[in-house]
Amino acid sequence: MAIFEYAPAPESRDVVDLRSSYGLFVNGEFVEGSGKPFKTVNPATEETLAEVATATSDDVDRAVQAARKAFGVWSALPGSERAKYLFRIARIIQERARELAVLESLDNGKPIRESRDFDLPQVAAHFFYYAGWADKLEYAGFGMKPLGVAGQVIPWNFPLLMLAWKVAPALACGNTVVLKPAETTPLTALLFADICRQAELPPGVVNIVTGAGETGAAVVAHPDVDKVAFTGSTEVGRIIARTVAGTGKKLTLELGGKAANIVFEDAAIDQAVEGIVNGIFFNQGHVCCAGSRLLVQESIQDELLAALKRRVATLRVGDPLDKNTDVGAVNSAEQLAKIRRLSELGESEGAERWSPACELPERGFWFPPTLFTGVAQSHTIAREEVFGPVLSVLTFRTPAEAVEKANNTPYGLSAGVWTEKGSRILWMAERLRAGVVWANTFNKFDPASPFGGYKESGFGREGGLHGLEAYLDV
Amino acid sequence: MTTSLADVASSDAALRAFLHGLPGVDRVGADQRAAMLGTRSIKTTAKAQAIDLAISMVDLTTLEGADTAGKVRAICAKAVRPGGGAPSVAAVCVYPDLVAVAAEALAGTPIKIASVATAFPSGRSTLDVKVAETERAVADGAHEIDMVIDRGAFLSGRYKKVYDEITAVKAACGDAHLKVILETGELATYDNVRRASWLAMLAGADFIKTSTGKVSPAATPPVTLIMLEAVRDFRSTTGRQVGVKPAGGIRTTKDAIKNLVLVNETAGDDWLTPEWFRLGASSLLNDLLMQREKLATGRYAGPDYFTLD
Repeated sequence: MAIFEYAPAPESRDVVDLRSSYGLFVNGEFVEGSGKPFKTVNPATEETLAEVATATSDDVDRAVQAARKAFGVWSALPGSERAKYLFRIARIIQERARELAVLESLDNGKPIRESRDFDLPQVAAHFFYYAGWADKLEYAGFGMKPLGVAGQVIPWNFPLLMLAWKVAPALACGNTVVLKPAETTPLTALLFADICRQAELPPGVVNIVTGAGETGAAVVAHPDVDKVAFTGSTEVGRIIARTVAGTGKKLTLELGGKAANIVFEDAAIDQAVEGIVNGIFFNQGHVCCAGSRLLVQESIQDELLAALKRRVATLRVGDPLDKNTDVGAVNSAEQLAKIRRLSELGESEGAERWSPACELPERGFWFPPTLFTGVAQSHTIAREEVFGPVLSVLTFRTPAEAVEKANNTPYGLSAGVWTEKGSRILWMAERLRAGVVWANTFNKFDPASPFGGYKESGFGREGGLHGLEAYLDV
Repeated sequence: MTTSLADVASSDAALRAFLHGLPGVDRVGADQRAAMLGTRSIKTTAKAQAIDLAISMVDLTTLEGADTAGKVRAICAKAVRPGGGAPSVAAVCVYPDLVAVAAEALAGTPIKIASVATAFPSGRSTLDVKVAETERAVADGAHEIDMVIDRGAFLSGRYKKVYDEITAVKAACGDAHLKVILETGELATYDNVRRASWLAMLAGADFIKTSTGKVSPAATPPVTLIMLEAVRDFRSTTGRQVGVKPAGGIRTTKDAIKNLVLVNETAGDDWLTPEWFRLGASSLLNDLLMQREKLATGRYAGPDYFTLD
């Protein structure tokens, strides 16, 4: 037994007032859905948290109509008035941050430390940031004309943060929205609906329709939707692109990734190790820009891997609501199956698998932090997005080889470069085909910084000044 | 020390090549890691355990111009029996001229006597004076010597001078343990903290210590983190274990527990004993005692229920 054991330090659930069932949020009211309700579970325990309504295409139609009607009122407001609502929402989010963080961890499985210290501060910051733009659009350079009704479909990895990325710029520019949260993580979006009411946002400006893929398809295909924004898998992104093609709808897609985290021999090793760990084990690796391929210079491979394994062995895997947990639960049984399948493939294709000794809870969906060494570019685990706590380690000899390997993927969302040499950072950043290149850090976000991909990682930018373009009739 | 490292101290140039060849420290990343570890929530049984461990690691310190024999006797008494059934502290730390007083007061107890030496806190004196001061403190009964490095020499790249002073003082220590104070608040960069840590360890330090307590900032969490990484890496390179002592600015139980978390998640179990980790402090002890009492009874007692010294 260790000398210094941390006692359980669970965050209280009492702050969340969970209801047994939730409806759709249409035109400022919670209404029943016409489809068969579905259950959302706590992935850490498999306990059912609530029943949630399923929106059929008729329900989606009502939501779009409500958004269309509200668009007239909302887009006619002066920017400074829209800003007031957004500032108000941002402040309420801060006031209710603990409630939202606990609910996010319950529904998603992510550690409370992350929902509390990353997700929620970022969510509030996005609303504050775009509130600031609402009355300054004429200086942004994209005109001031909103598009109309935005249909937005978001993923389960950062449920509330992805909502913020979509809703805040849309509203700031004068659009109204119909948003579909992911089937496995609808609860914080529904709590956000309550916040919209608390902020007295005009009815219909934000509408939230829950359901599975069919509901999302109905949102995307609705003829009166002017703009589609999607974050999720490349597979679904392709279907959406086909649906939207030729309709005149504006489209932004933020899809998968297989980012290279490149560590040179002159890197600050201890911080590089932290960056690798943060790059792949943050949010259980359910991150589209996760640094899932570690490219390490051959000269420091042994030293770095020893340090990395030592550090990974200290990760605390378990109860997401424990304040000392570093790695929580995998979001769903389906995702767990996918991570297992790809990991087995990694082994059978010849890579060497390693995980630290760690006890996983019996119930719930769990996967230990995992490294694969001896991975080749041709291995499936180096090509396909695992979207889990699984790191593939590859090596390189020269900066040029690092660039070649990093770019040799159909994706291009992010990359990391670790070196103490400033000129090499710039040299690499010029050549890496990725939307974001982090230097001596990883997974750093700021609402003022645009985010988006190359190639199969999607198109369009979210965040920053660039993020406004997607919601204005340029 | 392994033979591969035997030659690195042959000249300023050789030391420079070695120390500047150590991996760099990225300030943003180190600060972020230390801040994250600062969010660990240590409650209930873990807190009780941590408080007692922290008390047993305290170097109870008085380093004032106004120190007297009476003051030293008082803190020695407190060091033995802090009160409320708490464990005794690791050591008392005094100026050299008061070592004899402490030795008399602590005779027959397991508590160590540490003495600052080498023209503490500035270190601005000649080597013969520093050595003589060290020898005298050891002769008077000091088990541990807390020396300061010559920061001026370090910052101007005269690493050999720093190295030679440490080896000379180490020789003067005899069987006494040598703690080498880096005074990280004057070293300016985290890279320098790492280099000074290695330099001290190469020269034979038994402990590396952050600060004198007379310069601010003193023992900040990122500095302690970097020094813990240094002793961890030094042991895996040379096989020799070196202790760490943050000192200065650690005043609350929360600060102390954050330090223990840093040890636990950086260097690990092997350093979680008073033999290898110390907390240099004066007012910290009473806060630890107060929190200890609070955990046991559920209530805070007023400050007058804890002895001044």
